Amino acid sequence: MRLDQTARAFFLTELVSGFMLAMRYFFAPKSTINYPFEKNPISPRFRGEHALRRYPNGEERCIACKLCEAICPAQAITIEAGPRRNDGTRRTTRYDIDMVKCIYCGFCQEACPVDAIVEGPNFEFATETREELYYDKEKLLANGDRWEREIARSIAADAPYR
Amino acid sequence: MSWLDTLIHVLIILAQSLGLLVGLLIVIAYLLLADRKIWAAVQMRRGPNVVGPFGLFQSFADLLKFVLKEPVIPSGANKVAFLLAPLVTCVLALAAWVVIPLADGWVVADLNLGTLYIFAISSLGVYGIIMGGWASNSKYPFLAALRSAAQMVSYEVSIGFVIVTVLMCAGSLQLSKIVEAQDTSLGLFGWYWLPLLPMFVIFYVSALAETNRPPFDLVEAESELVAGFMTEYGSTPYLLFMLGEYVAIVTMCALATIMFLGGWLSPIPFAPFTWVPGIVWFLLKVCFMFFLFAMAKAIVPRYRYDQLMRLGWKVFLPISLVAVIVVASVLFFTGNAPQ
Repeated sequence: MRLDQTARAFFLTELVSGFMLAMRYFFAPKSTINYPFEKNPISPRFRGEHALRRYPNGEERCIACKLCEAICPAQAITIEAGPRRNDGTRRTTRYDIDMVKCIYCGFCQEACPVDAIVEGPNFEFATETREELYYDKEKLLANGDRWEREIARSIAADAPYR
Repeated sequence: MSWLDTLIHVLIILAQSLGLLVGLLIVIAYLLLADRKIWAAVQMRRGPNVVGPFGLFQSFADLLKFVLKEPVIPSGANKVAFLLAPLVTCVLALAAWVVIPLADGWVVADLNLGTLYIFAISSLGVYGIIMGGWASNSKYPFLAALRSAAQMVSYEVSIGFVIVTVLMCAGSLQLSKIVEAQDTSLGLFGWYWLPLLPMFVIFYVSALAETNRPPFDLVEAESELVAGFMTEYGSTPYLLFMLGEYVAIVTMCALATIMFLGGWLSPIPFAPFTWVPGIVWFLLKVCFMFFLFAMAKAIVPRYRYDQLMRLGWKVFLPISLVAVIVVASVLFFTGNAPQ
């Protein structure tokens, strides 16, 4: 046993076999992707950056029911509501999400009765300052306009499983 | 006219040194990138590939990053020793290159005690680490410096005996003479790696330990000691340490090339191959040795400290001592000893 071990240590068999294995991996195809230029596919259920959606006629979906605010476990959402000036419908006057507090659990989009607040597929929204991560209604609606096609496709793809 | 001759002589040597320095640093910039790429490839990653085509300018971007950063000197540190340590490491590592023959006659100073000079310089390298560890006035650097001192001292002993066997075969301490002694009609198989194969292996492993490369990187041991003796360093001083480390690694590769792989000699000793300039063969061999170093980093897990000491003192030292006796006896009794 000891002799066997010594012989193997002396002839460096483990080092050589390790070297061979490493050379096999050396020429193996890479398992990483070339990230900023290549991206992994993401699930339709992916919970990324938030967005407030609109109806196709441009009317905002949110009816200020505050269910998302109520369910938010991190209490990241702040909503103030009131009747809109021109037609008296109930709308949000303020809709803020603190993206620093948010834990991306997706409860807000589950709670929403009109699919207004959703978590879109975007995960590349790093900022240089903390203040830029305090999203207000304007920013969320802009996100909704920007990501509407992807969001609509995700919701349609996921619909049969709900 | 003698003072003019001296002046011209000094200027020529200065120009040669400068050329060597620039060439060496450029080669090291790319070896550093190669190191990272090889390591990445073994782990099936891509490695740096964004700066320039295939990431070829990565090392230069890193250089800029280090130089432009603010150097932080801890208030408890001994300022002079703290800043001197990286300089010592870097300058000593670079100084070893004056005696290394890159090709036939391509050497700044062909000392007849070249081997001894390299050995002395690389032994002095440990002072940079001890100074850095001590001057930081912090416990992790200090512990790492102690480890490093013990490690480098123990492996220098076995490296010394390995070199003695080569010297006995070559009959000279002059590096160019050692290469010339390997110039036989056998080509590749006339070099010392074949007759002294166990010594070559010991030299390779000891060189890893001597230059603090993984699996013997207990000095840095990033998972245990943060960054070892370099914990408190940042910016340019850190850059100098890293540079010194890589220069030392390439020095060891070059030394292995000269001692065991026939330096600038062509592996196949006839016409079309002997026309290739010696520097090309030398560089290829150094790159091959560096590849082995990089692969060791990728495949071997780090040694524990007691295993490191056991390997150095209880395995390598006796083997290399016996090898010195065996080689000396064989040379003496077969009458092959160089005169």
